Amino acid sequence: MLKLEKRPQPSQTWIYLAPVVAVIATMIAGGALFAALGKDPLVAIRTIFWDPLFSEFAFFYRPQLLVKGAPLVLIAIGLSLGFRAGIWNIGAEGQYIVGALTGAGVGLAFYPLEGWFIFPLMVLGGALGGWAWAMIPAVLRVKFGTNEILVSLMLVYVAEQLLASMSLGLMKNPQGFGFPGSRNLQQYPSAHNAELIAGSGMHWGVVAALIAVVFAYVLLTRHILGFHIRLTGEAPRAARFAGVNPGRLVLICLGLAGAMAGLAGLFEVSGPAGRVSIDFNVGYGFTAIIVAFLGRLHPLGIALAGLLMALTYIGGEIAQSRLGLPAAAIQMFQGMLLFFLLAVDLMTNYRLRLTKREVA
Amino acid sequence: MDLSSINPVLLLASLMVAATPLLLAAVGELVVEKAGVLNLGVEGMMITGAICGFAIAVNTGDPLLGVLAAAGGGAVLALLFALLTQLALANQVASGLGLTLFGLGLSALIGQGYQGVRPPSFPRLNIPGLSDMPVLGRILFSHDLMVYLGLLIVTAVWFMLKYTRAGLILRAVGENHEAAHALGYKVKRIRIMAILFGGACAGMGGAYISLIRVPQWTEGMTAGIGWIALALVVFASWKPWRVLLGAYLFGGVTVIQLNLQAAGVAIPVEYLAMSPYLITILVLVIMSADKSRAPASLGRVFHASR
Repeated sequence: MLKLEKRPQPSQTWIYLAPVVAVIATMIAGGALFAALGKDPLVAIRTIFWDPLFSEFAFFYRPQLLVKGAPLVLIAIGLSLGFRAGIWNIGAEGQYIVGALTGAGVGLAFYPLEGWFIFPLMVLGGALGGWAWAMIPAVLRVKFGTNEILVSLMLVYVAEQLLASMSLGLMKNPQGFGFPGSRNLQQYPSAHNAELIAGSGMHWGVVAALIAVVFAYVLLTRHILGFHIRLTGEAPRAARFAGVNPGRLVLICLGLAGAMAGLAGLFEVSGPAGRVSIDFNVGYGFTAIIVAFLGRLHPLGIALAGLLMALTYIGGEIAQSRLGLPAAAIQMFQGMLLFFLLAVDLMTNYRLRLTKREVA
Repeated sequence: MDLSSINPVLLLASLMVAATPLLLAAVGELVVEKAGVLNLGVEGMMITGAICGFAIAVNTGDPLLGVLAAAGGGAVLALLFALLTQLALANQVASGLGLTLFGLGLSALIGQGYQGVRPPSFPRLNIPGLSDMPVLGRILFSHDLMVYLGLLIVTAVWFMLKYTRAGLILRAVGENHEAAHALGYKVKRIRIMAILFGGACAGMGGAYISLIRVPQWTEGMTAGIGWIALALVVFASWKPWRVLLGAYLFGGVTVIQLNLQAAGVAIPVEYLAMSPYLITILVLVIMSADKSRAPASLGRVFHASR
């Protein structure tokens, strides 16, 4: 009879092996799903994972990897800090929207003035917007002990309504012939988050994501705050004895996550998306949760996981146009990945032992 | 603005309809949390139930079969959660989030061919005498069967938790799983059954939205009701009767908000649409003062080492 036995230490092998096993298992289960939908599973898997990188049109898709990966990594890094400490901010989508709104708002307020200082101010506005939105659940948790999971999630729906209201009202393009949506920031040079190297997909958001990865790595491995975050997650009681102030940690973790999500929103609205519109958000804030777990809440892992998830987005779009694979199938595929990861993670903390059945 | 266009009788009647999906999902989650498991996947199970019920009802032409299918669909998804958290001992918060993301994708996939289709209509209760009563008949006695099924489930859950041995065991597992295990109760088996029940209830709640309340299928149509149901359990301090009260309160907010939109109040539609979520936050803040009622083992992983 198989029996689970808790490992004294998490297995180092399985920490690294689990994401790989999960990806392979997802490919197999996903292939079965695609086969059930009447598509050739091998072709579908190749279209999603291989074609964006190595097919003859790959030069067109490769830049997209950075464009789609950057917001995911940026948001996931912020989330991972909180997740490590047992602080569950799942409202990154809302913080992303509000960051985009405040950042774009700063830019639109200066229109049509040109100046070098406008874009930095927008970046600041975006970060502050996301930070402020995340401060709502943080302050409520610290002051009243309110569950931050539910509050941060409720605020996503509020932010979505706010986005609709803004793109239909306050931020609507006065020269837009009555169509909803703001001015296009891509046509406003001072506010445009343009590609830094043409054709590479590299924009300021990618730079910010890279900085975030390094920042989080240094924070977690070299700084006392990072130590407190890890300690609180792994041994809350010990953390309290060590003098960690849990309230302060909540404010910092949620604040950082919010600011990073807000930045991601700002870079998206001023770059690839271009304008504030009703359907501006596409669920990066939720996918980033999967990215954070797939990357083992480790900054470098998150960078890799973000690229992988960006790949499934791009490959999913290709599969959509070429194979007629529904968009929802990719969403489900991503959900499956998280499931398999959580299941395989059992092996990290437990080992299977074959035991004889004892007589009671 | 024309507030006189709002008919209080119809308002109260639609309040009961608006509250039912919340009531079903929340009472299911209440049982799950009483057993010490925090399943954040209510939204995913609801939307899966919504499309399963819708698809079966459209294909068979029988809405009652649809409701059954919805309960089944929700339970199957809940089984995934049960496997992850009870057998693979995964983190409940992460698994619940995964369940919601997965459910949203799955439902969108199943629901592709069903947009714009009208489901068969649900039979309404019509008791001669009672249903014909002025005012009360319209408010209380002329709804579809699901409204009463919801009330019945709440009553049954309350009775089971309070007066039966099974309820006592369930609560014991939720309060202290180690002690329950030491007494010889099968902690995991009990929790898995509770999770399945919660999934079936959430699925039926979802089907109520797609089959009766709206009634049609659109992607992501549950729009956070599953999350509000989770908040409702906290609001109710894990007591079935207060779930009922809370569901009617939230149903009331939704209905009044919709009526104000229709009456053309000077507040923009988007801000009115925010109100249920904002009120949920407000209620959570008020209720978070009292933490004593939460089951003591809520969200903790159980692994019998001996």
